[in-house]
Order: sequence, then structure tokens, then C-alpha cells
Amino acid sequence: MNILTLFVVIPVLTVAGILFTKDLKQSRLVSAIGMTAQLILSAVLVYLYVSERNAGNMAPMLFMYDLLWFPSLNIHYAVGVDGISVAMIALTGVVVFAGIFASWKMEFLSREFFISLILLATGVFGFFISLDLFTMFLFYEIAVIPMYLLIGIWGSGPKEYSAMKLTLMLMGGSALLMVGILGIYFFSVPTGGQLTFNVLEIAKHQIPIEMQRFLFPFTFVGFGILGALFPFHTWSPDGHASAPTAVSMLHAGVLMKLGGYGAFRVAIYLMPEAAHEQAWIFIILTTISVVYGAFGAIFQKDLKYINAYSSVSHCGLVLFAVLMMNQTAFTGAVIQMISHGLMTALFFALIGMIYGRTHTRMIDEMGGLMKIIPFLGVVYVIAGLASLGLPGFSGFVAEMTIFFGAYQHVDMFHRIATIVAVSSIVITAVYILRVVGILLMGPIKDDHFLHLPDANWYERLSTITLVVGITFIGMMPLWLSDMINFSLAPLIHKLATIQLPGM
Amino acid sequence: MSLSDILIMRNELLLTFMAMILLTIDLNLNHAKKSLMIPISIGLFLVVTLIGFIPQPDQSLFGGMYHTNGLVQLMKNILNIGVLIILFQSAAWLKSPANATKISEYFFLLVSTLIGMNFMISSGDFLMLYLGLELATIPLAALAAFIHFNTKSSEAGIKLLLSSALSSGILLYGISMIYGACGSIYFDAIGAAYSNVPLLVLAFIFFFTGMAFKISLVPFHLWTADVYEGAPINITSYLSVISKGAAAFILIIVMFTVFKTIAPVYKSMIYLVAVLTMTVGNLFAMRQKNMKRFLAFSSIAQAGFILLGILGANKMGMTSVVYFVLVYIFSNLGAFGVVAAISAKTGKEYMDDYDGLYLTNPKLSLLMMLAMFSLAGIPPVAGFFGKMFLFTSAASGGYYWLVFIAVLNATISLYYYLLVVKAMFINKNEQPIAKFQSDGYTKIGLVLCALGIFVLGFWSQVYEFINGLSFGI
Repeated sequence: MNILTLFVVIPVLTVAGILFTKDLKQSRLVSAIGMTAQLILSAVLVYLYVSERNAGNMAPMLFMYDLLWFPSLNIHYAVGVDGISVAMIALTGVVVFAGIFASWKMEFLSREFFISLILLATGVFGFFISLDLFTMFLFYEIAVIPMYLLIGIWGSGPKEYSAMKLTLMLMGGSALLMVGILGIYFFSVPTGGQLTFNVLEIAKHQIPIEMQRFLFPFTFVGFGILGALFPFHTWSPDGHASAPTAVSMLHAGVLMKLGGYGAFRVAIYLMPEAAHEQAWIFIILTTISVVYGAFGAIFQKDLKYINAYSSVSHCGLVLFAVLMMNQTAFTGAVIQMISHGLMTALFFALIGMIYGRTHTRMIDEMGGLMKIIPFLGVVYVIAGLASLGLPGFSGFVAEMTIFFGAYQHVDMFHRIATIVAVSSIVITAVYILRVVGILLMGPIKDDHFLHLPDANWYERLSTITLVVGITFIGMMPLWLSDMINFSLAPLIHKLATIQLPGM
Repeated sequence: MSLSDILIMRNELLLTFMAMILLTIDLNLNHAKKSLMIPISIGLFLVVTLIGFIPQPDQSLFGGMYHTNGLVQLMKNILNIGVLIILFQSAAWLKSPANATKISEYFFLLVSTLIGMNFMISSGDFLMLYLGLELATIPLAALAAFIHFNTKSSEAGIKLLLSSALSSGILLYGISMIYGACGSIYFDAIGAAYSNVPLLVLAFIFFFTGMAFKISLVPFHLWTADVYEGAPINITSYLSVISKGAAAFILIIVMFTVFKTIAPVYKSMIYLVAVLTMTVGNLFAMRQKNMKRFLAFSSIAQAGFILLGILGANKMGMTSVVYFVLVYIFSNLGAFGVVAAISAKTGKEYMDDYDGLYLTNPKLSLLMMLAMFSLAGIPPVAGFFGKMFLFTSAASGGYYWLVFIAVLNATISLYYYLLVVKAMFINKNEQPIAKFQSDGYTKIGLVLCALGIFVLGFWSQVYEFINGLSFGI
């Protein structure tokens, strides 16, 4: 069997396995085994990919497999990966693994919880391996819909409202996307050819510019909603705040990356001319996302809201970089996706663990936690420093590359946008250090907190996995950016050759 | 006329035989054994359904009034499968003491209306179409009023009868105009010879209005909710699935053959009706608390999506409509099956009653959730593929904004479908519906639906098979 197909088969088998379990112990064991296998498989994939490339395989996509599904519509089950998707798959593997261990004590309807969680992961993996827009869309929706149950059943606070809001907004996004994808399909080849959903095939031809102008906003905003594009980001804070720990981790860590990846792989790659023309609108919106998200985080008191707004800011940066459309910025966008995925998953895991002990997420009500639960405290500081871009962690590499790429544009508009976006680094430092100061330092405010236990083995496993990832990218960024750079070549080539009307 | 000629009408003849046999057996059964009619009827109908799958060459009868070909046979088979599932689902309800004496009437009437629908789909001219339509409608009114001591059911019967009579009148008026304009009522003759006859446009409007009543398109949907609520659940599911499906089938055939010359004219009309139907159906479905009314309005919205396929006006469009109806049969019958099973055991029909259902009856809740997702068009269940292909065919005609409106409507519909999921899975309830076991028939019916919902999407051969038989303008 094709190695990429395994990425869908293993979660499905895991789900089938969980169906036969009886209680929490069994179902979490099965999930842990399945997702450990998935993590190992991701590592194997990275290894195989790198060795193929070192062996001189220059094909744009590797491990391709193609199965004709609906012949009359030319829909295929087509999979293949390049460096970018391999990186995203590895990220997903790590976050899902950490997520399973972060929900080790999910007592209520545990079977159903793990099934929904792994179904969500199936959708994400399927999305990243797909080359066919139809299956890509299919997996995209599979990834979104379990969120409703996950937040609705196991969430907290106004969970029903948040779950419905999140689901409907994301499905509204997929409504836009559907129009975009169908339009791309019907203009995928010059008149008379066999229509196709295959991304690689479509990229060989130019979609007529009038259609691009019409379809690009649909596609970009469709994916942008999932990537928390201002003003469509409002599902994100509510959804994240109400979701249970593992779901927040997966959602902010991985699912939001579908937006960035899709905007890049579908909207920009297939419609570069329109992207060039309309980028300015979205650059303004993403710049607002970046700064607004960061300011929003300053004023929040709930730990989860702080992190959710910070996600809006960081994911906005991904879309911002994608719109800059040069090699450096693209590389930065991908590194930022990975870095933010690991970092925010770590944050949400820690918040879940702290909440599990103190039963509050309000920073005012806590203080001095560093003395009581030093392990979690230290990891929180690490996550915070990575988030504000301290060199040595992944955040620094990502943001540095993005702003470097953005500043390569010499015109005034791009410069100003970049400078405004850069200011978010300072604001990020403000809210991160403020939280660290109140939450971890200072006097202990509540006597009940004096005897809180520090992290268990499964919590340590969950967090250490993520910390290792963050540090690894921070220390050895070239390894990752080489992998990405090579895969960017076809897109950069396409961008260099496009003829802009009126230029 | 030789025997082989008569065998061309095998579906209709077999069903007629079946109806006669049922009545005869019923005469010879004493009162205590009436419930035997259930296995006998289901068995006979299963045989009819299976025979329908034997291939048959394309033939016609009565000088072209009646014809059959692969597509027609496929449509009949689709309806047969749906009716079979409905028969399984109605067993539990028929066993109740109130229905003890009426079991064979139920099957007889149901089979009669199916005969009418078969004739209607097979029709090659407007006379046969009209006869089939009437034969399909009148027994349905009797079925809707089946619980005659219940005022709501009687009201449903009368309402169905009156609105059908009105719509038939309008339809007939349209047909008479067609005859006036073209001098023929044969589909082939009209489609081939006449174009650009202004009267044909007017005729089309009347014809379409008549059919729109049957499919309950907005603004001709007003009878739907009351009739659906009053009628027995299994008849409601028959009305919303089989009756609607059959009318959609013949509508698309007629529009692609008889009225193909005025396609540019009718497209803008269909566009408007599609938008109205989807939107109004959705807006009303949102506020419904009674599950039958809820499904009634949701089925109005679903009918609006069918029009998208007709607008595509090509082979892909017809394929997507037939495929969608097939998928819709399984998804809607899945939902109705659960409602019927719960209603037969507990008599509860309101959404609030479903609160906390998952904790007591997980299997029913899961099937209901699948059915809801399928109706909303969420992958990986079959409904996603059905909707996706309808949208694709509309986009092939360049109707991108319509596709956008439709997908937005699908998102709105997701809201109320999720309300049911929310009730079953999320809402807390002090006194949820107690755990119960359904009887064997109900289980078979539900399992069939679940299979269909799961398999039809991934099994691309089904779509390709339909595509092989379809045609465009």
C-alpha cells in the first residue's frame, strides 16, 4: 500500500478499534497505540522524503498514487507530498500524539471522544496528502464537522453557542470554497480538454484572468476563514475557549493551518495573476488580523482567550506571509505554521493542565504557580518565550523569515504593512510577559493552590514532545527551510513567468 | 397484442397482481391472523423489486403512450427500493391494535399509488402522464387520512385531495395549451417539431406549476407542512420521498425532451423558484419543533436543490438529479425511520423529547445523526456526494452565484440539522426516552438506510451507472 494512504488508513483502523473498547482505559490505550503508530509513520515519511531528495529525485511531488474514482467527472483519489506537506504531516502527527495524552483522563463518554478526535485527525491528514481538489474538500469538511460534537459535548462555558458558531462559520467558509473549487474545475484546462480537479494538472495551464478575478476571493476567503482572517476570525476565540484541551490543541495547532496551507496551495498556486492583483486587499486585512489579535490578547483575562487571540495574530501572520509572494516569505509562512502549531498546542495543553488543577482560567485568581507546579511553570515560560520570538526557539526563525521576505518588497505599501505587522512582536511580548508575571510569579493568592500536584507522566510526555519540536526547529531551522525551499521552486517559477495584464 | 408486448409493462402488471393477491388473501384470513399480511406483503414486494432488476430492452406500447428504457427502469427500481424500506418501517405501526383490521388496505393503497407513479414515469405522452399522476394521488389522499378517527389525519387527507385536485386542474390546463399549440400530446413529436411557439411557454408555466405542487416547490408548498404533520409517519415519508422523487423524475424527463426548445426561457424561472424554495424551506424548518413538520420543511428545501441539477441542462444534470434522489431516499427514510420507530414505541414526536437520546438509545441516535449529516451534505456520507454533484452540474451551466446561494443554504440547513444532533447528544434530560428494542422489520429497514447512507457515496459505480443511462438537452 502507498505510504500516504496509510495516513488515512491508520486513523480509520484506530477508530474501528475504539468501537470495540469498553471503557476509558481501553479506548485511550487503543488511541495512544494508533497515534503513536501515526507519529512513527510521520517520522518515517520525513526520513524517506529526505533520502529521496538526497538521492536526486527532482519530481515536484513524491510517493504519488492515483486512483480513478468517478470517471465521468474525472475525480481521482490522488495523493502525493512535497516538502511543505511532509512538514505539515509531521506537525499533525506530533500534535495529535500530544493531544491524546493531554486527554488521558477524559471520563465522560470517552469512547466517543477519542473517535471524534481521531476522525478530525483523519480529515487533517487526508487534506495534506490530497492532490485532487475534490478529495481535498472532502477531507476538509471531515476535519471540521467533528468539532461540533467535540466542543458541544465535552466543552465548557457557553459551549453550545460556541460550537454552533464555529461550525456554521467554517461551513460558510467551505461554501465560498465550493464555488471557488467548482470554478477552477470548469476552467482547469483550455476549452475542449478533459476537466480535472488535480492541482498539478491545473497548475500547468493558466485559468482565464476574468475567472481568476472572480474565483480568487472565494477561494482565498474560504480558506482564510479557517485561518482566522479578519473580520471572519470571531469563531476562533469563542470556539477555542469552550473547547476541551485536546480539541483546542488540535484546532489551533493543526486545523487552522489548513487555512494557510489551502490558501497557499490552491488560491495562490492556481491563480497567481489574480493573487497579484488582489493581494493588497487581503494584505490590509491580514495586517489588521496580526495587530488586532495581539491587542485583543492584551485585554483578556481568561487564559484560553489570551491564547486564542494570540492565535488569530499568529495565523494572520501566516496569511500575511503567503500574500507577500516571494520565496523568503513563503518559507517563513510554512515555518510559522509549524512553529505556531507546536507552540499553541503546547499553550493549550498547559492551560488545560493548569485548569484541571486550579479549576479557574482567570489569571487574576492565580499567582505564584511557579513555586507550586514548577514543571508546568517552566514549560509555560518556554512556550511564552517561543511565542514572543526569542532566538533559539521556532518562533524567532519563523517571524524573522517572514518579515525579511516581506521587506524585500520595495514599494511604500508593502513597507508600511510590514512595519505595522512587525509591531505585533512588541505587543506579543507585552501580553506574554504580563501573563507569566501574574500567573507564575508573585504571591500565591489562594491557599487551596498550595498542595497542587505537579505534572503526571502522561502530561510530561505530552508537553515534552511539543517542547522538543519547538527547540528542534529553533536550533536547526535550515534543515526545515531546505525541505520547504526546494518544494517552493515550481510556485516561484510560476510566479516569475506570469504575465500581468497592464504591465 | 401478444404476451411479450404485455410483459413490457411488467412492473405495473406485477404490482397490480400483487394488489389483487393481497385482497384475496385478506378475504380468507380470519381476524386473529390479519397480522400475517405484513410478512406476505413485504415478501411479495421484495419479489417485485428483485424482478425489476432483470434487464429489459427499450420498448414502447400503445403507439408510444407507454415506453420503457434503461433510465425509466432505473427510476422505477429506485422507487421500489424506497417503498420496500417504507414497508419495513411501517410494520411496527401496523401492528398496533387500531390498525388491526386495516393492514391489507394499507398495502393495497400503497401499491396502487406506486402503480400510478410507475405509469407516470413510463409515460410517452401527456395523457398517460396525467392518468398516472391521478392514479398516484387519489390513493395517497386515502392513505393520508388513514387514521380516520384522528382529526389531523382526516384534515391531511382532505387537504391533500383538494390541493392535488387544484394542481391537476392547472396541469391539465397546461396540457390543453400544449395540444393547442402543437397539435400533439406525444413527447417526441412536440420536442422534435416545435420551437419558438409562444404558447408553449405559457403551457410550460402551467405544467410546471402543476408539477411544482407535487414536488412542493415554493410558492406552491403551502399544503405540505399540514399534510405531512397530520398523515401517519410512514405516509409522510412516502409523500416526502417516493412521491416527490417520482414527480422530480418525470419533470426532468419532460423538461429535457418536450420543453427543450424553450430551455433558455424557462431557466430564469427555475433559477428564481430554486432560490425561493431553498431559502423559504430553510427559514421555516429552523423554527419547527415537531419532527414531522421539521422534516417536511427540510424536504421542501431539499427539493430546491434538485432544481439545480435541472438547470445544468446536460447529461451531468440529469445524472446528478437521479443520483441525488437515490441518496435522498436513503437519508430521508433513515431520519423518518428513526422518528417512526420512536413514535411507534413511545408516541413522542417532538424535538425536545429527543433530548439525551444518545445515552439511552445510542444506535438510533447514531443513525439519526448520519441521516442528518447526509441531508445536510456533510462528508463522508452519501448526501455530500449528492449535493456536490448537483452543484457541479449547476456550475457547468455557469450558475456560480446560484451555487453560492445554494451552498449558503446548505450551511443554513446544517444549523437546524445540527439542532437535532444537539438534542440527542448534548442536551441534558431528566426523563429521556427509555431504552427500547425495535422489532425485526424496523431494524431491517433502518439497517438498509444506514447501508445506503454509507455506501452510496464511496461506491462510484452507482453514479457511473446512472450516468451511462442519462441524457441531456
